[in-house]
Amino acid sequence: MADIILKTEGLTKHYGGVHALTNANFEIRKGEHVAIMGDNGAGKSTFVRQITAVEQRTSGKITFDGKEVAFEGPLDAREAGIETVFQTLALADHLDVSDNLFLGREKILFKLGPFSILDYKGMREATRAALQKTGVKIPNFRNTIQNMSGGQRQCVAIARTATFHSKLTIMDEPTAALGVQETAQVENIVRTLKEAGEPLILISHNMRQVMDLCDRIVVFRRGQIVANLKKEETDGQDVVAYITGAKTQPEYAEAAA
Amino acid sequence: MAETTHGIGGLKYDHSKRERPQELNVFIALILIVAVFEGLGFWLMGQSFLFDSGDRFDSIFNEARLQIIILQVAIIGIIAIGVTQVILTGGIDLSSGSIVGAAAMIAMSFAQVAEVNGFPNPKGIFIEQGWVDLPVIVPIAVGLACGVVAGGINGALVAYTKIPPFIATLGMMVTARGVAKWWSKGQPISFPTESYSKLGAGMTPVVIFLALAVLFHLILRYTVYGKHTYAIGSNEAAARMSGINVARHKVMVYTIAGVLASVAAIVLSSKNLTAQSGMGVMYELDAIAMAVIGGISLQGGRGSVIGTVIGALIFGVIISGFTFLRLDAYYQEMVKGAIIVGAVVLDQWRQNKGGKT
Repeated sequence: MADIILKTEGLTKHYGGVHALTNANFEIRKGEHVAIMGDNGAGKSTFVRQITAVEQRTSGKITFDGKEVAFEGPLDAREAGIETVFQTLALADHLDVSDNLFLGREKILFKLGPFSILDYKGMREATRAALQKTGVKIPNFRNTIQNMSGGQRQCVAIARTATFHSKLTIMDEPTAALGVQETAQVENIVRTLKEAGEPLILISHNMRQVMDLCDRIVVFRRGQIVANLKKEETDGQDVVAYITGAKTQPEYAEAAA
Repeated sequence: MAETTHGIGGLKYDHSKRERPQELNVFIALILIVAVFEGLGFWLMGQSFLFDSGDRFDSIFNEARLQIIILQVAIIGIIAIGVTQVILTGGIDLSSGSIVGAAAMIAMSFAQVAEVNGFPNPKGIFIEQGWVDLPVIVPIAVGLACGVVAGGINGALVAYTKIPPFIATLGMMVTARGVAKWWSKGQPISFPTESYSKLGAGMTPVVIFLALAVLFHLILRYTVYGKHTYAIGSNEAAARMSGINVARHKVMVYTIAGVLASVAAIVLSSKNLTAQSGMGVMYELDAIAMAVIGGISLQGGRGSVIGTVIGALIFGVIISGFTFLRLDAYYQEMVKGAIIVGAVVLDQWRQNKGGKT
């Protein structure tokens, strides 16, 4: 089907003898917001790391935007259009906001191989525009990340993914460490993405948030997908039952056994 | 405009409370140290440390002493620039002193004259092969190539075998010193061509040091290379996830450090008109000390070449100051050690204070 943006078939990852992820079959359509839930160590982050090629999968097939892909590293995945906010924020503490936004894909004033001259002005202007677009308020984006609060850092990380026209955005627990107001701001950014029709995979432990923001919930347990639930057809209790292992959807029963 | 936009939770940002740049702190330290020596000078010696007190010069400064201060740190300063960018990535380079030794020996052996006072060069290494009286570009190219090879090996070891930089460069430190001794079986190599001997004559080391300092300041501040150097030292995992080729970048950083060490080797051997296998012993530690005194954080990501240059000047002022006060060289070393430790303690303390969020 043409409107499937990402599809994984039999995605598997072993760390030595540990089967962190087994035979994960997953798909997400254009414009769809899908939540991934599951207990700690259920394989959620591992799943994301295989898609974004931060790690190389043990086996399985990934189809992105209609083509089978084998990314060699996160830059490959990013160039193909997958933007990720990682659980560990992936920001450089001693650099400022616009440096971080453009880390690894700096705007260049004058091309000179590795010694290409940076276009600071262009990057700052683009940063200002990006922060406005996403509604992120940061008092001074010339400030270095180390002097910022957890919420501000998170907003920078999310603004980074929202700045670049991505085909798929992935957020790994974006509000885990945030206060009420900060969480609301992050959720607003997510809604902006939804309005713009940009697909999103959201990893979260927050049931209210998931029910608020997502169309579909995929539950991981012990490295396997055990449920694929439409939001309208489920509720919090039901999802918890899948997470804890009280329930397993029939089509996944064999895998979870 | 002291306060601007409201942030998350209505936070305000006060521009006047901005952190003071690290370089300024280091510069203030330099001024304080000079002031201490001035005070001690008037008290103990009855003369000024840096100012012209005997009316010997045209300006108000004691020009001779200023020249000595900068000249004696220039060569190690060149190494310190390279070491600075290595430390910025969170690494360390212990091999630069030995690379100076090896590169000086090898470069010098291609810079020799055929005849000294009408006799064949008594120290000639390549007389049989006829590799004497070569154009000056040959020893320069050979010397720089030594730096590329040694630095490249350092970088490859750090980047691809993932052994700690301390161990990788410690290995190179021992190996390169071995090469320096083996090259001429321990014999000094002397009698360079006239053009080679000009490379380090007079104040040229200072000119080269300052030119390289400006160049690397610009590179670290305004190029992709510089940005990635800071990013790797600041958060290596983040740099990798942002798509920076961390391994390749580290190889570049260590290679450039090796090249700068070999530049120092060429300048030093030219200045001394001879190369010996023991050249550059302990230079790596002096270079690291200059960087650390200049505010380069050993944890990476913090500091600048300007800091290192001021660190080098502090270094020079202290050595000169002790000589000026006619204190023994033994005391210099003791105090040098204390200053290095003190600088790191200060850095640690600052990090802890600044790291709270």
